[in-house]
Amino acid sequence: MAPSLTTPASRPDAPTALPGAGGPPGHPRPRRRRGSGPRHFDSAGPLAYALLAAVVLASVFPLYWTFVVASHGDNSVLGGSTPSLVPGGHLVANIRRVFDTVDFWKALGNSFAVAGTTAASNVLLSSLAGYAFAKLRFPGRDALLVVVIATVMVPTQLGIIPLYLLVTDMGLYGTLSSLIVPALVSAVGVFWMRQAMEENIPDELIESARVDGAGHLRTFLHVAWPGVRSTAAVLGMFTFMFAWNDYFWPLIALPPENGTVQIALNQLAAGYYTDYTLMLAGVVVSVLPVLALFAVLARRIVSGVMDGAVKG
Amino acid sequence: MAVDAAGAGRAPARTPGAPPRRTTRPRRGGRLVPYGFVSPFFLVFGIFGLYPLLYTFWVSLHHWDRLTGDGGFAGLDNFQDLFADPDFYTATFNTFSIFLLSTVPQLLLALAVAWLLDRRLRARTTWRALVLVPQYVSVVAVALVFSQLFGRDFGVVNWALQHLGLISEPVDWTAETWSSHLAIAFMVMWRWTGYNALIYLAAMQAVPRELYESALVDGAGRMLTFRRITLPAIRPTVLFTVVISTIGGLQLFAEPFLFDPQANAEGGTEHQFQTLTLMLYKYGFINNDAGYASAISCVLFLVIAAVAALNFLVTRRLGGGSGR
Repeated sequence: MAPSLTTPASRPDAPTALPGAGGPPGHPRPRRRRGSGPRHFDSAGPLAYALLAAVVLASVFPLYWTFVVASHGDNSVLGGSTPSLVPGGHLVANIRRVFDTVDFWKALGNSFAVAGTTAASNVLLSSLAGYAFAKLRFPGRDALLVVVIATVMVPTQLGIIPLYLLVTDMGLYGTLSSLIVPALVSAVGVFWMRQAMEENIPDELIESARVDGAGHLRTFLHVAWPGVRSTAAVLGMFTFMFAWNDYFWPLIALPPENGTVQIALNQLAAGYYTDYTLMLAGVVVSVLPVLALFAVLARRIVSGVMDGAVKG
Repeated sequence: MAVDAAGAGRAPARTPGAPPRRTTRPRRGGRLVPYGFVSPFFLVFGIFGLYPLLYTFWVSLHHWDRLTGDGGFAGLDNFQDLFADPDFYTATFNTFSIFLLSTVPQLLLALAVAWLLDRRLRARTTWRALVLVPQYVSVVAVALVFSQLFGRDFGVVNWALQHLGLISEPVDWTAETWSSHLAIAFMVMWRWTGYNALIYLAAMQAVPRELYESALVDGAGRMLTFRRITLPAIRPTVLFTVVISTIGGLQLFAEPFLFDPQANAEGGTEHQFQTLTLMLYKYGFINNDAGYASAISCVLFLVIAAVAALNFLVTRRLGGGSGR
């Protein structure tokens, strides 16, 4: 079973932040709730469902519309008096045109390579660091952890020009390493894995392994790692998606002919006349891997986002 | 800090000694192992995050061509030029306008969605997942899809507005300041509202249910319990999202960049939707004036720091007020 979503680590500050919660002031007379019955006080009524359905419609419609446009023969689907909401039969033909127009295979390969490598390295390096922060005692540990957390707020994107100069000096411009190396490990990953270690690995387990003479690396591999594998998997997935979707840095660090999927997508949109069916067929191809991953692991992703929120 | 980390990074090289068979105490070199474990993060952040950021300041004080390199010390010339550049003020206005249009409604809507999700729902994970989907669509895809939706001739938004009788002529969304800002704000909102909603939801679920129950027994309505119990309880989370959204929202690049089919970083014929980051890209990577672009970076950095601090203080006060 997937971990429960409803019991995030309790926040110590929550109860104290509720002044007068025992008896809310200023409401002398009890009000009757509409439709009061056996319903639980926080169960969702029809109105809540309707509003949520509207929200979901808004978040899904642009994707459905993309699919509709991408499956039609030409822009004429858009030109009529009423846009068609029914998919056409040209999706495969349009996708084929995408691969004829730009080197999408290469872009997909590049994106898989970059996203896969950064996912693996983030999992490994964040786990090691998280293990040290959660389970090892060393001078300066808490201060270093604060530094890790604080870096989340640093707008590193603003250093883009020196980063470009640096990567060029290192001879990495135009190579996939220019995307991979700066993204090998992230603060969010370290913090996440520290939290997972703290919650899932009892100190006694680590200590007894150490007393038995196991070294740090061995203790990490055989005692700590098995307990955090599932968190590590979610971290890997997040990193993959993030790297897959990144745009600003790949735009700068790679020439268009050796780009990632996002760069190829951008090329499809360029030109005087926008071929919407072609462009949105490209969008379909580019989002499919990520949405497939999302569909399979939705439950984990949702709890990952929510866990991260409570801890963050 | 980067120096410390570099020192620690070399540490594990000394430890690969004898295998640890049946020793009863940790080896001496073992004391450095924790630093070895945490050092990759500090190395990567120091080299590729912090150093470029600091170096930006240095570059901004020079005449510096991106391709030919340092052209000599310039003092504050780049900053003087920047403050005399009308485009800079346009871009600053655009940055704030788009930031406010996208962030304020987005966070309020996210609060509402979280409030809806924070009750007993059938298939609740499905609802949560569906709300979260846009977060995993790339900015490029979002920008291209919304360029279609907000297209002048074939756009769905114009079609719908015309059918509802709200407009008589199709709107050229990219042409005007207000319309382009609105369209770009919608892209940002679409991608981030659900994500923030789940963050709020997670915080809301940490509020003990008994508090609501006793409040309801005492006759407090839904709205009142939300204001008196929920909001004060999730205030730290709201603070967090406000600060993070500020840092992200003031650095928008891909949405305005791709909203213009020319993708030339001008932000429209009259720079009507050129943000500061777009301007930074234009000078840094199209005009190759790295010094000038770095000056933009420095100013934007100060702006972000100031606004984030201001938002932090204001949100903390507001939250405190409503919690009384």
